[in-house]
This record gives sequence, C-alpha cells and structure tokens, in this order.
Amino acid sequence: MSTEAERTTFAVKAGLAQMLKGGVIMDVVNVEQARIAEEAGAVAVMALERVPADIRKDGGVARMSDPTMIRAIKEAVTIPVMAKARIGHFVEAQVLEAIGIDYIDESEVLTPADEINHLNKHKFKVPVLCGCRDLGEALRRIAEGSSMIRTKGEAGTGNVVEAVRHCRAVMGDIRRLCAMDEDEVFVYAKEIRAPLELVQQTRKLGRLPVVNFAAGGVATPADAALMMQLGMDGVFVGSGIFKSGDPAKRARAIVQAVTHYNDPKIIAEVSQDLGDAMVGIDCKEQSFVSYAARSE
Amino acid sequence: MSGSWEHVDVDDSNDMSVDARDEIVIGVLAIQGSYREHEALVRKCHPNARAVEVRKGSHLKNCRGLIIPGGESTTMANIARRFGLFEPLREFQASGRCVWGTCAGLIFLADHIERGSKLGGQELLGGLDVGVNRNFFGSQIDSFECQIPWTATTGTDEPPFRAVFIRAPAITSAGPNVEVLAKYKLPESKKAKLVGTSDEGRDEVIVAVKQGKLLATSFHPEITSDTRWHRLFVDMCAHETPYELPTEDGEELVPFCRPLDLPVFDDSVMAPVEKN
Repeated sequence: MSTEAERTTFAVKAGLAQMLKGGVIMDVVNVEQARIAEEAGAVAVMALERVPADIRKDGGVARMSDPTMIRAIKEAVTIPVMAKARIGHFVEAQVLEAIGIDYIDESEVLTPADEINHLNKHKFKVPVLCGCRDLGEALRRIAEGSSMIRTKGEAGTGNVVEAVRHCRAVMGDIRRLCAMDEDEVFVYAKEIRAPLELVQQTRKLGRLPVVNFAAGGVATPADAALMMQLGMDGVFVGSGIFKSGDPAKRARAIVQAVTHYNDPKIIAEVSQDLGDAMVGIDCKEQSFVSYAARSE
Repeated sequence: MSGSWEHVDVDDSNDMSVDARDEIVIGVLAIQGSYREHEALVRKCHPNARAVEVRKGSHLKNCRGLIIPGGESTTMANIARRFGLFEPLREFQASGRCVWGTCAGLIFLADHIERGSKLGGQELLGGLDVGVNRNFFGSQIDSFECQIPWTATTGTDEPPFRAVFIRAPAITSAGPNVEVLAKYKLPESKKAKLVGTSDEGRDEVIVAVKQGKLLATSFHPEITSDTRWHRLFVDMCAHETPYELPTEDGEELVPFCRPLDLPVFDDSVMAPVEKN
C-alpha cells in the first residue's frame, strides 16, 4: 500500500525535538531517578553516570556512560532516553546508536575527545543535539547535522547566569540579523563563521531553524520559567533536581513552571516549600573551570 | 516575545473579517508538544478556522473541536491530571464535540493500550474503540517517514500523503464502528522485528481512524505542509455549535509570549524555507 520506501529524514530527527517542546528533560543516574522523573512529568531523561555537579567535584576525564546502565533506564521508562557522547567522539556516538538511544547529546560536560572537530551528525540515524553560546556556534552545529540545540550555560553550577547569557546572545544576534539590510547578511555570516544559507534561513524565520532548549544551571521553577519567557522551547535540568532536598517535589514544580511559564501565580504556588535547592557555584571564582569554553 | 519581521504572528482574535458566527474555533491542547504546528495548519487549511490554546478548562469556550497534539503522552496525561484538566476535557467530549488525537493524542483517545504503557498506568480520555500498541515501531532509531495512499475521502484522485512516524503508536485492532482511514503496509524489515511478539505474522497496521466525532492518526500531519487532515477535521467540526462552558467563569486568556514557528523540514537541514 505504501508507494515509497520509508526514509529517516532530517524531518524525522528534528520532529522528535518538536514533540519535546514545552517540556523538561532531566538528568538521571539510575532507574529509580528515571522513574521519579517520569512520574514528575519529564518529557525525556538524560541517562548518565554522574550528574554534572559530581563531574565538577570529582574531576578527571568524564566519558560516555556504561551501556548497561543506559539500557536499564530505557527498560524502566516509556519516555525518550537521551545519553551524552564526548565532543567529536564518533565511536561513542556509534555505540549509543547501536543500543537504541533516542537522542545523543554531544556534550561539553564530558571531556572533549576532539578539540577541533565535532561529530558529523549527518552520518547518524539517531538525532544529535549540541550546546551553543551564540548564533554562530548554533548554526555551525546545525550545519554539522544537529537537529536540536541547547544553550551551554555552565552545567553543574546551579547558577543560571551563563544560560541566560547564552540565550540572550542567540536571541539578540537573531534580532540584529533580522534588522539588517539583506546586503549585509553575507559579511555577517562570515563574521559569525556560519553558513550563509543557514543565516538567511534564520533571518527569514526570525528564530533558530531547529528546536532550542535552555540548559546549564537551571535549579528552580523560577529559573525554568525565566528561560521560557526569554523565548526558549523547553528546559534541561541537570544536577538541579537530584542534588536538591526533595527531588520528586522539585521535579514536579519545574515541570509545572514550564507549562505555565507566563503565569506568576502558578509559579509562586509551585515554588513553595520545595526544601533546599542545590548548592550553587559562583562562575567568577578564580578556580572555576568553564565547560562552555571547551568547544566553539 | 522576540521581534519578527518577515512573518508577523497575526493576532487573529481581533480579526473582524470573519463573522463570529461563521468562525470555526478549534482548541489545541497546549500542555506540551507540537501544538504550535497544529495551530499553524488549522489557520492555513480553512479561511474561517481559528486555533486557540487550551491549558485550562475555561479555554474550551466557543471551541467546536479539540486537537490533542503529538508530544509525550505520559507527560501530557500527568500534567492534565495535576491541573484537573481531564474533567473539562471529558465534559467537552461528552457534549458531542469533535476530538482529534495525533500520535500521543491517539493514545489519549484509545480504549485499550495493548502493550508498552507506563508502569502504574496512566489516566486517559478513551472513547475510541481501538487497541493501540504504544511505540509499535520501536525507539527513535526506527522512526521514519513515507508516502501513504490517501484513502480518507473518496471521489477525486488524491495524491498520497506524507506520513511522519516518530516513536509512533500503531492501531492493532479496531471495533465494528471504527472507520479505517489509512493503513501502513509493513516492509519485510519491520515484519522480521515482530517475530516472537503477539503481532507476529501481521503485514499491515492501521494508522488513521474515525469513529463518530473522534479522529485519530498515529503519524504527524502537523509537521508537514499537507493541510488535508486538518481540513478533514475542520470540516467535521464545522457542523458543531460553539461550546458553552458548563460553569461560566469567563476567564480572559493571558497572552503568552512564545517562540516563533519552526519551518517544515524535508530531507536535509538546508531545507527550503516553507512556513506553515
């Protein structure tokens, strides 16, 4: 009955990200946490061995997680399961594709495997998402085949300042691009080191041409709603949930704040009695290690 | 919120060109997922159609039909339950208004979830006499798109439609009152994966159905530029009267600041810009 063979197109990869819009994606390290996240209303979980806050504390080289743990989490929940691969480590990405992960995060939170090249994401059937700090970086990742973008922020800090900076940078760049004379776009594309075609497409749409989530430092319902009001399509919460006093309650509250991000009364209501938030880190301390600066 | 120059989002609530009596208001459940894409296609498919976002029961006022979009069914059910949305949605459905579910929305409407439901179960709307196998096609790696012959309406020789399946459910059984609108013939590779499951030996699955006022599709017409499914639904709703709330609490809709629309994607990321 079908007249044409089935294909995995870019639409299929970007489509899953479209289905996640308006949702919260949570970092989990075991089956128990994955179940809490699902019950709280997460649209997907990110399976990893250590949350970014612990990666910061422990130091050393952070790599892709053990497939056994990822498989166990996949078995336990019905929502999509994501996992992180090191930047440029195409074999880690191949492994994650082989075990049937739903989305790969090519993440600067793990220690990069290649400081020059990112994954050629067109080569994978599994969709891949990447972080960015500004419009040029976002469009370079999209050119490499990324079907979803997130701000880099600073993972594991519980400090939203860098996520806000990166979000404002992308949105501000797009606003400037849209206000430009079309003759100026060629040089602008060169300046931000992004493919002209994607710059022109972004200008026409008035937004990034793929789904764009906030990540890296979101710790409270108000943080999440802030990112949504700034124009993001959804929110990643890493260490913010399971490093807090009452993870189940905080997870539910952040989900509700993202759904009703424009309703301060509801945000006030869900922000009550959440217990301790995760301990935050000042990104201006001398010893601070920036993960966001690990790639461009 | 962010400025847009080339495609200004028209605030159609103030559009006086369409007489209020002729206007067909379609609610789109806006908890999460592809509701913006649905709204764009509702506007595009019919000159008198207008889409409103439904986050609370009171937003259903004046709607003639409701679309439950693609997204994560577990999440949408969870949030709907927490905000007491199931009650007003059930009342809306019981009033005989039309409801269309795509992908996750199909799971909302199905009476029987045969395989793959969440531990502990999930609250759903029901009403559609079909059995649905959640994630029938597998995980994201197995997601795909294809062309399927248009059999939803008869008469003129319609071209096939573009069907995008994303972690899609499939309808594996349908009651006697259910009208099958589209089927997907399984290729050999997919049949091989069914060996050892209760679906072994099956060579096609149902992917679109209609039963009375209910429409359901397991694929995502909202992320293509084909308006026929939306037109079909708006035509179903055109006969209905605008919905009156059971209890009048005429709450004003808070205008939401929100991201702009995404393009309709094709084979590549460099797709030509075609806006919904």
